[in-house]
Amino acid sequence: MTQNTLKAKQRRLSPWQILSQAIANFFTTIFHGIINLMDLIMHPLQDRLGVRGMAYVFVLPNLLIFGIFILLPMLLNFYYAFTGGTNLFPQDRPFVGMENINTIFSCESIFDHNSCREDLFWRAVFNTLFFVVFQVSIMVFMALITALALNRQIIARGFFRSVFFYPVLLSPVVVALIWKWILQQDGLMNAIIVSLGGEKLPFLINAQWAQVWVIFISVWAQMGFFTLILLAGLQAIPGEFYEAAAIDGATGWQTFWGVTLPLLMPTMFVVLLLSLIRAVQVFDQVFPFTGGGPGTTTLYMVQYIYSTGFSNQTKEYGLAAAASLLMALCLLMLTVLQLRAGRSSDIA
Amino acid sequence: MIEEFILRTHGKRRLDFADYATYLYLLFGTFLMFGPVIWLVLSSFKPQAELSRFPPRLLPYRQETVMVEGYDEPLPLFNVTMPDGTTQQLAQARRVGIEAQMIDPANPTEMLPVNINERTAVEAVYFGLENYTDGIARFNFLQYFRNSIVVTVSATILTLLFNSMAAFALSKYQFRGRDTILLLTISTLMVPLSVILIPVFLVITEIGWNNNLLGIIIPAAATPTGVFLLRQYMLTIPDELLDSARIDGASEWRIYLQIILPLARPALAVLTIFSIMWRWNDFLWPLIVLSRSELFTIQVGLNSFQGELQTQWNLILAMTVLTLLPITLVFAFLQRYITSGIATTGMK
Repeated sequence: MTQNTLKAKQRRLSPWQILSQAIANFFTTIFHGIINLMDLIMHPLQDRLGVRGMAYVFVLPNLLIFGIFILLPMLLNFYYAFTGGTNLFPQDRPFVGMENINTIFSCESIFDHNSCREDLFWRAVFNTLFFVVFQVSIMVFMALITALALNRQIIARGFFRSVFFYPVLLSPVVVALIWKWILQQDGLMNAIIVSLGGEKLPFLINAQWAQVWVIFISVWAQMGFFTLILLAGLQAIPGEFYEAAAIDGATGWQTFWGVTLPLLMPTMFVVLLLSLIRAVQVFDQVFPFTGGGPGTTTLYMVQYIYSTGFSNQTKEYGLAAAASLLMALCLLMLTVLQLRAGRSSDIA
Repeated sequence: MIEEFILRTHGKRRLDFADYATYLYLLFGTFLMFGPVIWLVLSSFKPQAELSRFPPRLLPYRQETVMVEGYDEPLPLFNVTMPDGTTQQLAQARRVGIEAQMIDPANPTEMLPVNINERTAVEAVYFGLENYTDGIARFNFLQYFRNSIVVTVSATILTLLFNSMAAFALSKYQFRGRDTILLLTISTLMVPLSVILIPVFLVITEIGWNNNLLGIIIPAAATPTGVFLLRQYMLTIPDELLDSARIDGASEWRIYLQIILPLARPALAVLTIFSIMWRWNDFLWPLIVLSRSELFTIQVGLNSFQGELQTQWNLILAMTVLTLLPITLVFAFLQRYITSGIATTGMK
């Protein structure tokens, strides 16, 4: 009797467990339903195609979507970059050769991007460069510090780890609105500054401040993700290395430079590569946050492509595609550089 | 006390400087990561007048009101400094210029003229839901929410199905073209959508999926990251299992269904979480594909809502809270799986 009630008690689940199980069951049921139905088609198919033929059936749906929505567009992008006009459909677009690329590169002086015909593009390029350099270096540095702190023997490590990760899950629009609310003229940040005896600052109206805060919010929103990767890298370092360093009488600082950092380098390369690629494409948080402003001070490459191709009055698809092409080239170079650097550090 | 507790988990005699610095940093980080969100939530309960107050107060307040005989509407309550120096709680009947006509609720026949500088509002902490109800009336939250759910759920199911099928073929079969497909998959890992915006938009338009949720669901279904992750996992499943199933007369589809999928469950779980996160937070692509407001996903809807209502922060804040609520709940209950999932796979 008592044993039975004990068992019943153990079996009783919290409402949240029931809910999450229900959600999991829902997905599994749908998933299995689709799969069982498809067996009706798949079995006769295997009789005709044979075992090896089935492999093609398995890759087909994925490959189809891949081909139509990634590979084909990659090729089409070249077509757009070398054709002009404002028509979207390829048959209506006249071939213009290098004109779009020439438009981008036609500058009176190569030292002054304001003298270029398409000066917005160059402003976007320089803004992006500025953003990438500062955002990536600040974020990787902060993520490293945080990962090192989380890797120490501390209480509630799981809690702190999720704390830093929480903003990663927030959608870019939400992140932008949270900080817009805090940084507005009569917002919390200015209230803190005034209460400390300062003057209200025009955070989102002043060009320099806007650039600073754009970098800040993207570090705030993404740091947790890179912290997790670095933390995993730190935990993969075998303890014997630290023991050996301790026997040799190394100080904490020496251990960090001599053991932790060199062994963390492969992870650091991954983090750098991922954060660089993502920083070059900055758009999601910034667009709802500043809309590229004030003026064009936080206009970045992706927003340039977006507004040239989609939101401006005249939709200059050719110009936007040419800009995408240059950006793709940039990403490709970054990837190759990183891979090469990563490989040489492995050898050393 | 606290120090004793912390020390026990450290297994040390006393805390050194580095320990203090670590905890200080982590507590500051907690404040920085959660603070803005908590401020957003608190602000979302404040009425418009309270929101434009500077400096802002932490908690939402509302002026107390009182029903007075002879008045249909409840009257606002004030603390009034009387000429004899005492303070009395009076209700305000009307206000003319700098003079207010006040009544004692207990004695409603007598009118007292009071200078408005000699009274302060009687306030109490009050979490009003008006912003939420008004917001939902103006902002088609439920429609956007539904669209986002449709996109997230169907894209996730398709992603799991197509990616696992492709991963199965790429990990367990020898067939011509396999290495090419694998190479293409890996190389598209580095091709972000922002680089091929225009041609993908063309493809969508040609198919007729412009302003159609399918235009968001299908292109996102074949994620290279998912294929890659699942393939790496499936490589660890021994081939002997498949061979013995074949001897027992199972079809290839059955093998996929009843051997591969159950064994790949941990990797599928990670991909599920990521897919939900990706699709729920997608911004740039839905922004381009969807221009009819009844099709907006919640992110696009929120962005256009904030554009329309520049100054009505009370409604924007409430809707932002509603938008971050689902992902916060997911985080609260699944954070352990999410953080360990990212740490082991190194992707987002």
